[in-house]
Amino acid sequence: MINIISGSAYALSSVELIEKSKEYDQQIVSYRGEVVGEVMKRGSFVWINVNDGLNAIGIWSAVSLVKEIKFGGSYKYRGERVEVTGVLNRACPQHGGDLDIHAEKIEIFKTGHEIYHPVNRSRLNLAAILSALSFILIGLNIYLKKKRIPAE
Amino acid sequence: MLVHPQIDDYKIIGYYTGKVIIGIGWLMMLPLFTSLLFAEWNTCIDFLIGISSCLIVGYVFLLTCYTQKDLNWAQGMVVASFSWILAMLLGAIPYWLSGHFKYYIDACFDLMSGSTTTGLFLLQDLDHVPMGLNMWRHELTFIGGQGMVVVALTFLVRGSAGAYKMYAGEAKEERLLPNVIETARTIWTISLIYLFIGTIALWGAGMFQGMSVVRALFHGLWLFMGAWSTGGFAPQSQNILYYHSLIIELLTLIIFVLGSLNFALHYAIWTGNRREIYKNIEVISFAITISITFILTVVGLMRLGVYPTVMAFFRKSFYQVISGHTTTGNMTIYARQFIREWGSVAMLGTSIAMAIGASACSTGGGFKNLRMGIITKAMFHDIKRLVSPETQVLLQKFHHIKDVILEDKHIRSAMLIVLTYILLYLLGTVAGMLYGYSFSEALFESVSAGSNTGLSCGVTSADMHLGLKLVYIFEMWSGRLEFMSVFALLGFITAIFRGK
Repeated sequence: MINIISGSAYALSSVELIEKSKEYDQQIVSYRGEVVGEVMKRGSFVWINVNDGLNAIGIWSAVSLVKEIKFGGSYKYRGERVEVTGVLNRACPQHGGDLDIHAEKIEIFKTGHEIYHPVNRSRLNLAAILSALSFILIGLNIYLKKKRIPAE
Repeated sequence: MLVHPQIDDYKIIGYYTGKVIIGIGWLMMLPLFTSLLFAEWNTCIDFLIGISSCLIVGYVFLLTCYTQKDLNWAQGMVVASFSWILAMLLGAIPYWLSGHFKYYIDACFDLMSGSTTTGLFLLQDLDHVPMGLNMWRHELTFIGGQGMVVVALTFLVRGSAGAYKMYAGEAKEERLLPNVIETARTIWTISLIYLFIGTIALWGAGMFQGMSVVRALFHGLWLFMGAWSTGGFAPQSQNILYYHSLIIELLTLIIFVLGSLNFALHYAIWTGNRREIYKNIEVISFAITISITFILTVVGLMRLGVYPTVMAFFRKSFYQVISGHTTTGNMTIYARQFIREWGSVAMLGTSIAMAIGASACSTGGGFKNLRMGIITKAMFHDIKRLVSPETQVLLQKFHHIKDVILEDKHIRSAMLIVLTYILLYLLGTVAGMLYGYSFSEALFESVSAGSNTGLSCGVTSADMHLGLKLVYIFEMWSGRLEFMSVFALLGFITAIFRGK
């Protein structure tokens, strides 16, 4: 069975690819998600991991296909959202039995960006109050320890 | 007859529990500094709240329960078990505040999983967590592998006879050195030296495999912590599969095998007694059971034609079986692949490996190789006795650091703990089946939780029923403490209400 290559309507989820890996093994599939982590260069190829919100799947790709990828998802960044078209391997013989996709085409459909995390002021106030309280208790403990020593 | 606890009992338990909780608070300084380093301001605030909460609770205990009296056995056991529960509730605060957990119980689940070095997790969106939070996750497994009480003994408790009772309450009985404080510090020294070497190795491997310098360093540190502690946490959602790297798989495999060995064995080898590797009953037992469970798993996989090459077999089946047998839980396959591809025979092989587990006084869980060795020797001894003349006196020995004559008390103790583990696994299996999972899935996940392994076939998820989450928390907690201190705590609570 060959899946139609283009068009997001035919993009499979990571759950489908994993649950039905035998069915899609050695087929050309389409998969969409966010690039997470970083692009890991291995000679003239790279590994990227693409997470669709359910799982992340490893994509083996030529360097030329990932030149536009600038951001990998992390706490500080939203990674590029990509659509990968390539051959699914249920147990890749080249890569030690990994379930992976050997990419033939990678399209960025949404660029990555930095994520802004505004400081939570109310939580900061709570932290300040609790810290002050803990300092008081530490001080009290030290004071009482010193007071106990002559008595002992 | 149950004796009602006295004021002194509450004070002693409260005082030493307070020390452990203060220790947990100070341990959060490392993730706090990590978040400061990476300018993760909200994470810094979350950890400040967590640290302060632990210090407030800990010092309130210390101040209100001040005592100079030492612990007895029951009190030591109660401190060990109670402090783990309190540490779970308080240590989960930064997790909950991060926004990566659906419910507070999920945060508690992950805290218990990390500190018991299980490795199952309910955290959402692991690929986007702050560096500080990942540091806390992995530090927890590293500390949990040594034992939170061991930490307290190392830094917070000046020598006392009662210290050993807390230490034993955390399912560690080996005395590497005559003084239990010195034993705790020696365990730390061994772990820290390996930490240094292992992190450098994984850092190098990460950079070689295309990671950036800083990321490779932190991943190297965290992978070491997860592997050595046999916790199995990794900083990305795909676990070891993220790296697609034979080198990293080999390094983590070596590290978690080392971590699963008895600390007394490490100490013996480091002090020149290298023959211990060949003579020790745990090493021999481990070699035999890993071979049997691996063969069973391979047979199951070959019947189904799961992997096309020898290398794939090694990187998938061998890795998973060793990860299971050492109760690590690092994975190079997706959880659902156990169900969809491995089949029931291979899953059974892996489940048995997890159930047996690692060495006593190591970072691992399960029955323990020592008990398997003792029970097996006892069986052969009984068979020999049956076929020998009645008047013949037969002595059976086993070697564990020194030669020990196998006596009924060793066999009884081993059988009791193994039976209790089996009951624990059954409890989780029945619970899993009641919540709608198949026998294979329920057994696999229950054994994984109770043996503190962390391999998952997909049952563990944030959408899991609350009841099953509580069952697995109980399994992880009691499996890690090997029951005695859990029974002591339950006995203490019963005595409060029904004691005379």
